[in-house]
Parts: sequence; structure tokens; C-alpha cells
Amino acid sequence: MPDSKNDPNTDPNKGTRAEGKTATGHLDRRAAVKSILNMLDEDTLIVAGLAGAKGDVLAALGDDPRIFGFGGAMGAAASMGLGLALAQPDKRVLVVTGDGELLMNVGTLATIAVSNPSNLGIICVDNEHYGETGYQRSHTGLGTDLATMAMGAGIGAVRTVGEESELVEAGEMLRQSNGSAFVLLKVRVDEPPKIRFSWDAAFHKNRFRQALLGTP
Amino acid sequence: MSTEWPEEIYGLLREAGIDQFAFVPDAGHDHLIKRSIADPDVHAIALTTEEEGVGLLAGAHLGGSRGVLLMQSSGVGNCINLLSLIRTGRFPFLTLISMRGDFGEGNPWQMPMGQSTQPVLEACDVICMRIDEPGDVEGTISAAITMAFNSEIPIAVLLGQKLLGAKKFS
Repeated sequence: MPDSKNDPNTDPNKGTRAEGKTATGHLDRRAAVKSILNMLDEDTLIVAGLAGAKGDVLAALGDDPRIFGFGGAMGAAASMGLGLALAQPDKRVLVVTGDGELLMNVGTLATIAVSNPSNLGIICVDNEHYGETGYQRSHTGLGTDLATMAMGAGIGAVRTVGEESELVEAGEMLRQSNGSAFVLLKVRVDEPPKIRFSWDAAFHKNRFRQALLGTP
Repeated sequence: MSTEWPEEIYGLLREAGIDQFAFVPDAGHDHLIKRSIADPDVHAIALTTEEEGVGLLAGAHLGGSRGVLLMQSSGVGNCINLLSLIRTGRFPFLTLISMRGDFGEGNPWQMPMGQSTQPVLEACDVICMRIDEPGDVEGTISAAITMAFNSEIPIAVLLGQKLLGAKKFS
């Protein structure tokens, strides 16, 4: 299936691995994630899924102790967010993940819906591609709608955001929802610059716990 | 199946402060699952696949809580890649595994995963301890809890079919 509708001469991704790739969404991923994160309380705890999603969080917040970021274990971000949300009911927990990672363990949406902690939010940054492995198309570019799946899983608060003007409402839902909430950000395909982040998950775990609990 | 030693296990887990019980429905863990669902002081979390339990328990630790993953030996195969989170992050991890494909198994489909459960876990740096006699329950579960949460290492306790009784097939 052809994956390009862009004019090769005006492709904004020319010269990157995302060259020639297109998605149905047009939001700028880094700007959209930053816009929502800036609306949340400063003590929100963040689980950042691997690859692009982690980059979006780091670009928005810097290397902050309240972020646990993945470098592998693809598919675990949402379940980790659930365990954290149940352990910290007085704090908001936000999982930021990508379409590829969420598809890998999409049943976790059902597990979250059943537990339904009111302090858990999920943002799925959906560029309809597996960026890390070379921008192959994902199922979401071929008809799969993760927001419909989240609703079908039983999550009560679900929004698809396709326009900048819808970001505020989505951020408010993540900040105030009485049950678990899910936001699908339909973003364009691009390859933002990589952000350096230590691969040492034990360091990040200890730093996170030190900041939250006062002990590693 | 006796409910005496499972109740002993439940008491030890609760005494250790474990309050997240993650599970996929399973006959071997039936008593622990029912007890956790009925206990207002714990979160009983039904999973769609066992690997969600690996992420969940790591998240619990990040937030200062303790969890346990109750699964059948077949579920171990579903967890393997996500155990890299436990090893890379040096998270404490405790799982109790009800064995199939073990002593007296009558369903050949259970044999491959049952027989590879322990070697596969050990290849992922999970220390395995096995219980086949009710008299060993208290000592082994207590040891596993200490190793998981004080030494912060991944521990699996395998509940053998000698202890559980093999499922009957006519």
C-alpha cells in the first residue's frame, strides 16, 4: 500500500526517516503534549512509554524526577500507570504512550476500565506509525480507532483530539475526571529531535521514589 | 483442595503489607483470588493477560505499595519480555505460580509451558522456589516475601501439582 501523498519537493520530513509518510492527524505532537501537560497540576506523576512518547514528555517537562520513562518492555506503560495510580490515590497519574505501544497490550484498557481509578489518565499520541523501527504504518493508519476501543473497554471519559482548539477540553478532562480518562491525540508524522535520557531504569525508579516518598 | 494453606498464604501476604493482588482467573489460586476480592483493604485487579501484572507491580512499587502476581504456569510465557522492566529497573517482584504440566498432568497441552516454567524464569534472573508439601508453605512464602521486598529481587514461588492436586480428566 502506498504510504505517501506528500509532494516530495515540499515534504516537511524531507531528509528524515519520516520522509514521505503521512497520517490522518495534523497536530504537532510535541506542542500538543506540552499544551496538555502544562494544564495539569505540578505534582502529577507521569509514566512515559518508550520512544516518541517519552521524547514528547521530556521536551515538555525536562528531565524531571516525577517522570518514569521506558526504554523497552513495550506495552507496559499503561499497566504501570494503573499500579501507580492505585498506590497513590491522592495524586494524579498520567500515562503518555504511542499507538504502537498501546496496541501491543490493548487489553490493559479493559483492566483499567474495570479498576477505574479516578486519578488515572492516558494520552495516546497517535501518529499511525511505528517511528522507532522506521515509520512502518500501524493499525491505526489502516482503520483501527483506539478511542473507540477505549470506549468499548469501558472507559467512561474518552476524547479524540484532532484540532488545537480541542486540547483545553481534553486537558480539563484529564485533570478533573471522576474516573479513568483516555485522550487520543491525532498527530502528524514527523521525527522530532531525540532527547538524551539515561537508560538506567533503576536510577529513574530510585529518583522517582525519593522525590515522591522520601526514600529510594 | 484444602483452603487451610491458601489461607495461610493470604495471611502472610497481608502481614507483609501487600495490598495489590493481580491475577488472571485460575483454579489453583481460587482461594487467594476470592479472599482478595472480598477484602476491602486491598486492590484485587483482574488482568486480561499476565504481563499486565508485571507493569502493575512495578507501578505499585514506584508509588510505595507492594503487590503480588497470581498466575498459572502458562501465564509465565506471557510475561517474559516485560520482565526486562523488573531486571533493568531492579524492581522487587513477587509472583505465586500455580503449576500445570507438572506432577500427574492429564492434558498434554499443559506440558510444554509447565516443564519450561522454571528454566525460563531462571533465564530471566527470577529466583524460583518450589512448594510441594503444605508443611513448607509458611517457611517458603515468608522467605520469598523477605527476598522480594527486602533484597528487592524477583522471586517466583511455584506451587506444584503435588500440593494443588492434578486436575481430573475422565
